[in-house]
Amino acid sequence: MLAVTRAPLSVDALAAEVEASVREHGEGCGAVASFLGVVRATHQGRAVRYLEYEAFDALALKVFAQIQAEAVDRWPSAALGIAHRVGRLAIGDASIVIIAATAHRAEAFQVCRYAIERVKQIAPVWKHEFFEDGEAWVEGAIVNPDDDAARARAMEIACA
Amino acid sequence: MRVTVRLFARLRELAGAESMTVEVPAPATAATVWRALCVTAPALVPFERAVSCAINTNFSRMSHAVADGDDVAFLPPVSGG
Repeated sequence: MLAVTRAPLSVDALAAEVEASVREHGEGCGAVASFLGVVRATHQGRAVRYLEYEAFDALALKVFAQIQAEAVDRWPSAALGIAHRVGRLAIGDASIVIIAATAHRAEAFQVCRYAIERVKQIAPVWKHEFFEDGEAWVEGAIVNPDDDAARARAMEIACA
Repeated sequence: MRVTVRLFARLRELAGAESMTVEVPAPATAATVWRALCVTAPALVPFERAVSCAINTNFSRMSHAVADGDDVAFLPPVSGG
């Protein structure tokens, strides 16, 4: 349910896998929420030609597992799948798919939102943008996996 | 002692290599390795306050000790999703 891959992402395949993993647990699964991050055609007013994503694959998979554990700790009925694509992506391609399966709908949306916020805070993945007139690495969060305030902020956003 | 350094994204580009062997005197921490790296690749110096590290594929503090043969990765600010 966790992947870093150069291949195009499939929402359906990941959703089926995540749903099946909780179908027989507890109350079972009554809701599946998905989030796709897709490559946008502009960044701060500049036209984007394409993106390249790079990851520290082995550590990214550990981070995804940590996010999964954090989610299950807060939402015990949840199952979470995270797949991040790396390599060259065109406008409109999905860079990340997150699937949350839970007993009831409210939690499914919350888990999805929590997971994407945490990915942005701590996953060792980097976006390199190529414009018509140049290129730039996007540098967002400085990773600190022990930063409880960041985790609390993600939780607050998820439950808003 | 010798450690293997791994660099990603902009750090990799600035240093011109994705991995390299760095020699540091024992005892050493990840910060010692970073400083040794900055001597050979001064372009990395501006990242001093923004870099994170992972020792043997585990997030670690810069003050964490490193041992001979360790794999030490330095990570610029992330932008996944």
